[in-house]
Amino acid sequence: MAMINEPLYPIAVLIDELKNEDIQLRLNSIRKLSTIARALGEERTRKELIPFLSENNDDDDEVLLAMAEELGVFIPYVGGVEHANVLLPPLETLCIVEETCVRDKAVESLCRIGAQMREQDLVEFFIPLLKRLAAGEWFTARVSSCGLFHIAYPSAPEALKTELRTLYSQLCQDDMPMVRRSAATNLGKFAATVEAPHLKVDIMSMFDDLTHDDQDSVRLLAVEGCAALGKLLEPQDCIAHILPVIVNFSQDKSWRVRYMVANQLYELCEAVGPEPTRSDLVPAYVRLLRDNEAEVRIAAAGKVTKFCRILNSELAIQNILPCVKELSTDSSQHVRSALASVIMGMAPILGKDATIEQLLPIFLSLLKDEFPDVRLNIISKLDQVNQVIGIDLLSQSLLPAIVELAEDRHWRVRLAIIEYIPLLASQLGVGFFDDKLGALCMQWLKDKVYSIRDAAANNVKRLAEEFGPDWAMQHIVPQVLDMINNPHYLYRMTILHAVSLLAPVMGKDITCSKLLPVVINASKDRVPNIKFNVAKVLQSLIPIVDQSVVEKTIRPCLVELSEDPDVDVRYFATQALQSSDQQMMMSN
Amino acid sequence: MNGGDEVAAAPAGPPQSLDWKFSQVFGERTAGEEVQEVDIISAIEFDKTGDHLATGDRGGRVVLFERTDTKDHGVPRRDLERMEYPIGRHPEFRYKTEFQSHEPEFDYLKSLEIEEKINKIRWCQTANGALFLLSTNDKTIKFWKVQEKKVKKISDMNLDPSKAVGNGSIASSSTPKLCLANGGSPDRSYNYLGNDFSFPPGGLPSLRLPVVVTSQETNLVARCRRVYAHAHDYHINSVSNNSDGETFISADDLRINLWNLEISNQSFNIVDVKPANMEDLTEVITSAEFHPTHCNTLAYSSSKGSIRVIDLRQSALCDSHAKLFEEPEAPGSRSFFTEIIASISDIKFARDGRYILSRDYMTLKLWDINMDSGPVATFQVHEYLRPKLCDLYENDSIFDKFECCLSGDGLRVATGSYSNLFRVFGCAPGSTEATTLEASKNPMRRQVQTPSRPSRSLSSITRVVRRGAENPGVDANGNAFDFTTKLLHLAWHPTENSIACAAANSLYMYYA
Repeated sequence: MAMINEPLYPIAVLIDELKNEDIQLRLNSIRKLSTIARALGEERTRKELIPFLSENNDDDDEVLLAMAEELGVFIPYVGGVEHANVLLPPLETLCIVEETCVRDKAVESLCRIGAQMREQDLVEFFIPLLKRLAAGEWFTARVSSCGLFHIAYPSAPEALKTELRTLYSQLCQDDMPMVRRSAATNLGKFAATVEAPHLKVDIMSMFDDLTHDDQDSVRLLAVEGCAALGKLLEPQDCIAHILPVIVNFSQDKSWRVRYMVANQLYELCEAVGPEPTRSDLVPAYVRLLRDNEAEVRIAAAGKVTKFCRILNSELAIQNILPCVKELSTDSSQHVRSALASVIMGMAPILGKDATIEQLLPIFLSLLKDEFPDVRLNIISKLDQVNQVIGIDLLSQSLLPAIVELAEDRHWRVRLAIIEYIPLLASQLGVGFFDDKLGALCMQWLKDKVYSIRDAAANNVKRLAEEFGPDWAMQHIVPQVLDMINNPHYLYRMTILHAVSLLAPVMGKDITCSKLLPVVINASKDRVPNIKFNVAKVLQSLIPIVDQSVVEKTIRPCLVELSEDPDVDVRYFATQALQSSDQQMMMSN
Repeated sequence: MNGGDEVAAAPAGPPQSLDWKFSQVFGERTAGEEVQEVDIISAIEFDKTGDHLATGDRGGRVVLFERTDTKDHGVPRRDLERMEYPIGRHPEFRYKTEFQSHEPEFDYLKSLEIEEKINKIRWCQTANGALFLLSTNDKTIKFWKVQEKKVKKISDMNLDPSKAVGNGSIASSSTPKLCLANGGSPDRSYNYLGNDFSFPPGGLPSLRLPVVVTSQETNLVARCRRVYAHAHDYHINSVSNNSDGETFISADDLRINLWNLEISNQSFNIVDVKPANMEDLTEVITSAEFHPTHCNTLAYSSSKGSIRVIDLRQSALCDSHAKLFEEPEAPGSRSFFTEIIASISDIKFARDGRYILSRDYMTLKLWDINMDSGPVATFQVHEYLRPKLCDLYENDSIFDKFECCLSGDGLRVATGSYSNLFRVFGCAPGSTEATTLEASKNPMRRQVQTPSRPSRSLSSITRVVRRGAENPGVDANGNAFDFTTKLLHLAWHPTENSIACAAANSLYMYYA
C-alpha cells in the first residue's frame, strides 16, 4: 500500500471514498470532485479521473445526480474549453439512466458544457453524442436527446442540420409516449435555433404531429409549444398555423388540455397578437370560462384580469363581464375563490361607471359568499377596490364581512383576517377603524387558540406602527393593559407578549410610564409561567429604557425573581440579569 | 388495432380446441406436505413481452421467473420495447430471483394490522435492461427495480484499508485520528482543502484512483424505488398502469386514485363512490383496469355486477361513468344470494382494448366495449354449484375472488375454480371449446370432455352464446368438491398459449 504523507492524507481519503461502501461518504467525495481534480492535476483528471467516473456509473441515484451536477462545471479542471469534450462520455452514460432527475441534470450539464465548447468540437464530439442518444436502444436515451438539439443545431454544417431536423421529427413520432413528451417539451427551444424557412415547414409539421397525438399527456405539452412557436413565427404565419391549433385545443375533449390552454392563455394571446386575440381568442376564452369542468373554470377565472387587460373595455364589458357574473355564483367554491382573488383588477379596465354598475354587485356578492376563502380573497385585494370606488361605498358591506370572518369558527380563517387588519386599517383610515374594528382587535387577544392570540399581539404592534404612538396610547394601550388582570394566566401571558412587542414602537417614555409598571406588577403573579415571562420581557425592555430605570426598577425586580422558588423563573431571571450586565459593560 | 376485426379475420370455422400439456411446476408440494400460509400465491402476472413472470405471496414476497427457451441476444432492444418477439417453442421459465416486497405492519392510529400479502403485481416499462414492477398489499404500493449488477471489487487504495477505515478491528484503537478523518466528521477534516489550499500545477503524483475490478459474476439486486403510501382508507384491490408510461391507478373498495410513477407523495382521487353516510353504502369497487392503449379510458367493476367505463378526459372527478355494462336481472330468479354471486371479482381488458372479460361467482362474461346492452358471451363456470349456495355461504366460499384472463389473441378466456381446477373457453364466434383442467402434472386427469353442443342463442343478438352450463362431470363422478383447494389466480401468456396458475403455494405452467 502506498505511503501517503501527512498533508495529502485528507485528499487521499477523499479519493478512496469515491468507492466507499457508505453512500454518504461517496456522496461527499463526489461533491468534492473539483478538489480531487485539482489534486490530480488537469492531465490526470482527463486521463484517469474522468474515465474512472465513466466506468463507475452504476451507483445510487443520489451519487449519480451529484456527479451529473459536478461535471457541468468541470471545464476548468480538465484544462479549459479545448478539453471540454472529455467530459461528454460520463455525461452521456448518465443521460441513459432510468431515474428522470439524474437524466435531466445530465442534460442540463451537457447543455452547459456544449454552450462553451468550440464549434469544431461540437461537430466532432457533441453532435455524434446527440445522434447516439437519439438512436438509443432504450427510451431513456431518446428522452434525453431531445433536450440537446438546441445546443448542437446552430454549429452543425448544412447537411448535418438536415439530419438533425429529421432526427427530431422521428423523435416526435417515437413509439414511446415518454419520448414524444420530451420532444414536445423541448420543441420550443429547438425551434428557436432553426432557420425561418425550415421553421415554417419542418418544425410546423412536427408540431402538427404532436398536436394530434392520441396521448393526452403529449398534447398537453404541445399547448406550451404554441406560445413558444408563436413568438418565433411571423404574425401572419402565427395566425395561419398557431391560432387554429389554440382554438382547437380550447375545445379539446380532454379537460386537462383545456386546463392547460386556460392556464397558458395569456402567453398564447401575446404570441398571436392583439387583433386575433380579440376576434378569435375571446370566444375561446368565453368557452373556457363556461367549461363544464370546474378545474378549467378555476384556471380561466384566475386569468380574467390579465386577459381583460389585452382587450378594450367595450369588449370586456360585452363578452367577459357576463361570464364573470355567472362565475360569481359558480357551484364550485374554488372557482369563486379564484375569481375573487383577481376580480378587482378588472376595475381599472372597465372604468368607474361600469365598475360601480356591474362589477360592484358581483364584488359584494362574493364578499357575502358562504365560503370564507372567497371572502378572504376579496378582502386581501382591498387596496385595489379602494382606488376605484372609494371605501365609503363599500364600508356597509365590508364591515359585516370582516366581523363575520373575525368570528369564524375555523381559527385559520380568523388568522387570515388578522393578517389583513393592518392593510385594512391603512385603507380605511383611523376614523373608520376606531369605530368598528378596534374592539375586534382586542377580542382576538382573548381568543381560545394560541396562534390567534399570538397573531393578535403582533397585530396590535403593527397597528401602533401604522397609526403612531399617540393614537396607540389612546386606543390600544389602555385596553391591552386592562387585560393583564384576566383570571386566566394564558391570557395574561398574551398581554405580556403584546407589551414586549409594543414597547419598541411606543418609545421609552411611554414604556417607562405605562408598560413597565404593569410588567413589574406581573412579577408578583402566582403563576411561575407568568413570572419567567416577566423576566424575558424585562430583558427585552432593557435596551429600550434608560440605564437609570434599569438600575432602579428592572434589576431589583429581576434580582427578586432570581431567588424565586421555581427553577425556570430563576433561570430566566438570571439570564436577563446577565444580559443587562453585558449591556452595561458595552455602554460603559 | 381493432379486436373485432381480428376475431372476425380468424380462419373460417371456429378454431380447434387446444390440447393442453403440462409444462412446469415450481414449488410442488410433496404428498402430505402442509402448506404454509405465507407461501400461498396471491398474485400472478406476466410482463408485456411474456419473458418474465412474477408471483406474489401472502408472506409479502415477490418471486420472478424468466423465460429460458428464447435467447434474448441478438434481438435489438428497441424491438423488445415494441414487443415484437420471435415465437419459439412453448415457453419455459426458470426461477430468476425473489425479494421481500412488503412486511407486516401495524397502523397505530387506527389500531389496524396491515397484512403483508401481495394483492396485485403489475409490470412497468423496462429500461436499461432493468425490470420494473409495482406490487401492492392492502395499503401500500411499491415500485421495484430489479437489475443485474456485476460484482465489483475495489483494490489499490491510497490508504491501507485495514488501517484507514474505522470499521477495522484494529483501527479504532490504534489510529484514532484516522478514524476521525474517515468516518466521524468528514467535513471538518476537509476544511483546509478549500480553495486557498494550493496544489502544484501538475497535480500530486503520489495520489491514485481506486482500481475497480469488474468480475463476470453478476447478482440480481431488487431495490424499492418508490413507496406510494397513505392514500387509501380501504383495502387496495387493484393497480393498473396507463399506456402513457407515466401514470397508474390504484383502487380500493370505495375510491380510485391516479398517481404519477415519479411522484410518490401525491395522488389524485378520480373516482369516489363513498356515500355521505356509510349506512347508505350498497356497492363497492372490486377491480379496476386501464385500457391497454387509450390513455384516458379505464374500467372498474362493482360488487353489484356492473362494469363502468370512465373517460378521464371528461372531468377531473369521474364520478359519472361514460358507459355502464350490466346484465339485467332475469325476472323471478331473485334470491338471497343473487347480489352476492353477481359481484364481479375481476375484470381484464383484452389486449386490443375492444373487449372486457369479467368474472363473477358463477360465470365468466365477455363484453364488447361498444355494446352496453349485455355481454356478448357468458360462460358458466360454477353453474353446478347453484344448489349448494347455502353451504358456500356458510363456509364463506361464496366470497372467494376468482381471477380471469384472456389469451393474447383474444380467442380464449380462462378462469379458476375449486379442487384446483381451471377452465378454458373459446370465445371466437362458433367456438364450443370448453376445457376443464386440473392444476397438477396431469392436467387432463379429471377432465371429462364435454360434448360439443351448438351454442344456444339467448336473444336476438347473434353472438351471444352460453356454454359450459352442463355439469363438468367431476361432481357427477362422485368426487366431492374441495372448497379449500381453490385456484384463484392465473395468467395467460401475452403472446402464446401458455397459462400460469397458482394452486396454493405451487405455480403450475401449461401450454398448448
